[in-house]
Amino acid sequence: MSGYSAAILTLLAINIIAAYAAWLPLAAGQVNLGTAGFMAIGAYSSAVLSNEFEWSLPMAIAAGAVCAGGFAMAIGGPVLRTRGLYLALATLAFNEVVRGILINLDVVGGAAGYPVIGHLGLVPIAACAAGIFLLALWLGASRLGMNLHAIEQDETVTALFGVHVPFTQLAAFTIGGAMAGLAGGLYGHHFSFIEGQHFNVLLSVTIVLSVVLGGTQTVWGPAIGAAFFTLLPEIFRGAAAWRYVLFAAAVILVMAIRPQGLVTRADLMRLRRAVRLA
Amino acid sequence: MIAQQLVNGLMLGGIYVLVAVSFTLFFGCLNFLNFSVPALFMLGGFLTWAGVAAGLPWPAAVLLALTVAALASLLVERLTWRLQRGGPPLIPLVSSLGFLILFENLVLVRWGSDARAIPSPFGDANWRIGELVIGLPQLFGLILSIGLVFGLQALLKRSKLGRGIRSLAENAETATMLGVEVDRVAPRLFLLAGLFCALAGVLFSLSYQLVSPYMGDQVALKGLSAMVLGGMGNIWGAVIGGLVIGLVEIFAVGALSADHVNVVVFGILLLSLIIRPTGLFGDPALGQQKL
Repeated sequence: MSGYSAAILTLLAINIIAAYAAWLPLAAGQVNLGTAGFMAIGAYSSAVLSNEFEWSLPMAIAAGAVCAGGFAMAIGGPVLRTRGLYLALATLAFNEVVRGILINLDVVGGAAGYPVIGHLGLVPIAACAAGIFLLALWLGASRLGMNLHAIEQDETVTALFGVHVPFTQLAAFTIGGAMAGLAGGLYGHHFSFIEGQHFNVLLSVTIVLSVVLGGTQTVWGPAIGAAFFTLLPEIFRGAAAWRYVLFAAAVILVMAIRPQGLVTRADLMRLRRAVRLA
Repeated sequence: MIAQQLVNGLMLGGIYVLVAVSFTLFFGCLNFLNFSVPALFMLGGFLTWAGVAAGLPWPAAVLLALTVAALASLLVERLTWRLQRGGPPLIPLVSSLGFLILFENLVLVRWGSDARAIPSPFGDANWRIGELVIGLPQLFGLILSIGLVFGLQALLKRSKLGRGIRSLAENAETATMLGVEVDRVAPRLFLLAGLFCALAGVLFSLSYQLVSPYMGDQVALKGLSAMVLGGMGNIWGAVIGGLVIGLVEIFAVGALSADHVNVVVFGILLLSLIIRPTGLFGDPALGQQKL
């Protein structure tokens, strides 16, 4: 495999993990625009552990994910009391605060960025992405996944059926935060350099939107959306400066034709029926 | 020194006011978080520069920029909102982000990503009261933006279009049943709100004399925060939110450093949302719906 395609596939794997991080709260109808902030927490904490304390890479990256999950749990309590757009903006504000603090933190290089010594290649990162995908498949079919879907449909009725809504939402938010932390740790240890500027709100927004474009109804949507957002700009690379113009036009077109996202629950059922008949 | 910062903060806030009002019109009336707003702001500011650089006189350049931005806003109405209204509110958001990327990159393809300095049409026009320096273009911008908000208020209250817009904001379904034609009201609302944020871009470029394809991103985030801080769907809340964010930003630069601005501004936004999740003056029902 050429270096180029390996680099694209690695980026795809990281983006898929980030997409599932945003998908979990989104499945319950909660828009988390702080995903890049949790990625930054995972990236910086794992990098400090592997650089300064010489932890092994798997340990450091796992610890980074736990750290990001811890932050999500701590911030989730107060933040999840807000709803709708207020929640989206509270998480967005959190993202900017995290980024602002990291840019001013001289211990990790401040605005100049922070070099990461340890390096991970495509294979372990792709394995992590596959693991997260399997986890998402399992979660989607689990009681948690069903409760999340029920909350998305109707919060009040779900609560009447005895589901503890705030706890379920906090669980999704925390697991999502940990996944984002994992994506961040992998990103840092692959590209060997992290800077606060990278983990900006636009990254968070793009991740959420890739999930919506892929479709939030099924477990397949986030992976398809991440692939669309990662691969399409590469396909248009030949168009040089016009590639993002073409990419944006494709996004507008897809959303105009398929507003429910690329993969819907009805599609999967139709596919299953076709397979059974064949 | 404090008086000077107060003046600077209010003038910066005047720009945020227009962007916040634009966001509020889209969100309060159509329940549409329009991510193309930063691009409309940028088109207003950047095309003013492009027109002047191409040798147009100032008024013509401003007019050209506003026209293009207005057409862009109408395009978003046609290809995003009209096709996707009534569905889940997250869907038009994705499509409007597509337009943000589209417009930014179209400008990038034509003029490159460098920030460009734009000469002031007023020269070094400052008004000095003792130690206090008041930039006249900025002062003009602040007065214009407050005046425009008064005009908008009157329009919403008195005119037929205003009544249509307010009925849509109240309840789109009932408004339609009562004979409000959404397909006629919505384009005008897009025109109005698009012009508000494009004008903010023009004023920004005249006051701060620097434009770039990405100039809208940070300003729009502040405008969005101003809308939330003031409470959504409330125009005067957006005005106060905009002025407060402008003041906080200038005082944060003065007391700490330019690097700390985002921590302070967004820290305040986060705290205020946690303490009072519906903003300072908002309608508690707005913005609580599923996004």
